[in-house]
Amino acid sequence: MIGSLLHELLTLTTQHVVLVGVAMLFAAIIAIPLGILLTWHPAWRPLTLEAVNVVQTIPSLALFGFLIPLPLLGGIGPHTAIIALVLYALLPMLRNTVTGILTVDPLVRESATALGMTAAERLRQVELPLAAPTILAGVRIAAVTTIGTATIAAAIGAGGLGVLIFRGLAAVDGVLLLAGAIPAALMAIAADRGLEWVEQRWSRH
Amino acid sequence: MPVVSYHGVSYSLGRRSILSGFSLDVEAGETLVLLGRSGSGKTTALKAANAMILPTAGEVLVDDRPTTAWDPIQLRRRIGYVIQEGGLFPHYTVAENVALVPRLLGWPPAAVETRVMDLLKKIGLPAEEFGSRYPRELSGGQRQRVGVARALAANPPLLLFDEPFGGLDPLTRLELQRQFIALRREMGKAAIFVTHDVHEALFLATRIAVMAHGSLEFIGTPREFLNASTAEARMFLECLHAMEVGDDRQSAP
Repeated sequence: MIGSLLHELLTLTTQHVVLVGVAMLFAAIIAIPLGILLTWHPAWRPLTLEAVNVVQTIPSLALFGFLIPLPLLGGIGPHTAIIALVLYALLPMLRNTVTGILTVDPLVRESATALGMTAAERLRQVELPLAAPTILAGVRIAAVTTIGTATIAAAIGAGGLGVLIFRGLAAVDGVLLLAGAIPAALMAIAADRGLEWVEQRWSRH
Repeated sequence: MPVVSYHGVSYSLGRRSILSGFSLDVEAGETLVLLGRSGSGKTTALKAANAMILPTAGEVLVDDRPTTAWDPIQLRRRIGYVIQEGGLFPHYTVAENVALVPRLLGWPPAAVETRVMDLLKKIGLPAEEFGSRYPRELSGGQRQRVGVARALAANPPLLLFDEPFGGLDPLTRLELQRQFIALRREMGKAAIFVTHDVHEALFLATRIAVMAHGSLEFIGTPREFLNASTAEARMFLECLHAMEVGDDRQSAP
């Protein structure tokens, strides 16, 4: 009995990590370049940030529900859950990328340009390294949120630790509930501390 | 042939004119000081030399070629640029900051390293002790010196200074101004130096150009400047005399 629960816990934890990892990866691939683009085109900034902001306000259970009937993207299973998680993770990463780059000391940016750096050199060698701690702080917020939100993914058959939580809720079984909630919470704490450590190492300059 | 030559340069933002009909030449070995109050257009004139600003009328010739015909990246890599606090990259060490332009130009690493060692020694911050420090570990005066070394690194024929010694205490400032004069003697480069400090202008300039409301009002040697009769130049000269008035008041009963 305990053995099979442990086994299931391991499987569900792995699923949870994969859900979160894949969602975070896609979100970063979209949000960071988009954030850079927004620093070049200030006119697009308010609308884009507002759109991403609105997505954030949709209750997660409802968002999963909205996605199910969509062709190609929707349906039951992990891929629908990943799309929803990506949408949630966008905002903190996008906003922090924009803020991080825009708050680079204007005198530093000016001297980079005046000494003959191309826009690409300036971005790669000056703006991104200086914005890195802020961007990473966005990744950290997104990771913690995504780990929590991913528990709801079980509602649309995506697996993960939410399976235990939903089963615990249905059976009014506190042990099952905790078996899902505690590993998820530990995972969030670990991600938070781990990324905090990376952040501090990067911002030592 | 002048290193930089301004021909009737004007620059406006929308309907606001910032620089108008600005003409002068800067020769090798001279330090031209652009003296003016805030908003007089002196920084705009400076930035027109390395294509940070392109004139809306007239042209700026660098090595006989208009800045609009230069690839701005290539142009800037052969013009040194120093701003207040040096504008150093906070995430680069002192040595990395100084190495910047030679590295962008693709110098071999060994040549870059030798150049950085030489320059840091020249500005009195030897690489063994200061090379691996970060800008925040330096004093304001030291940062400023690193900024000068960075501007000199690729041995550019022209240097631009935008109020580089502005934020420094008077003693450090004097020390850096002396070092500036010593370096200039040794290197014989052309320099354009923007300041609003009339003492600094008199101390450093081989020629002083006074700017007011976006136009060149007076140009001449420091000696000529002391006898200038134009309005803005007289105002700046009064700053010098104001101190003498201070002396009078003290000696009055």
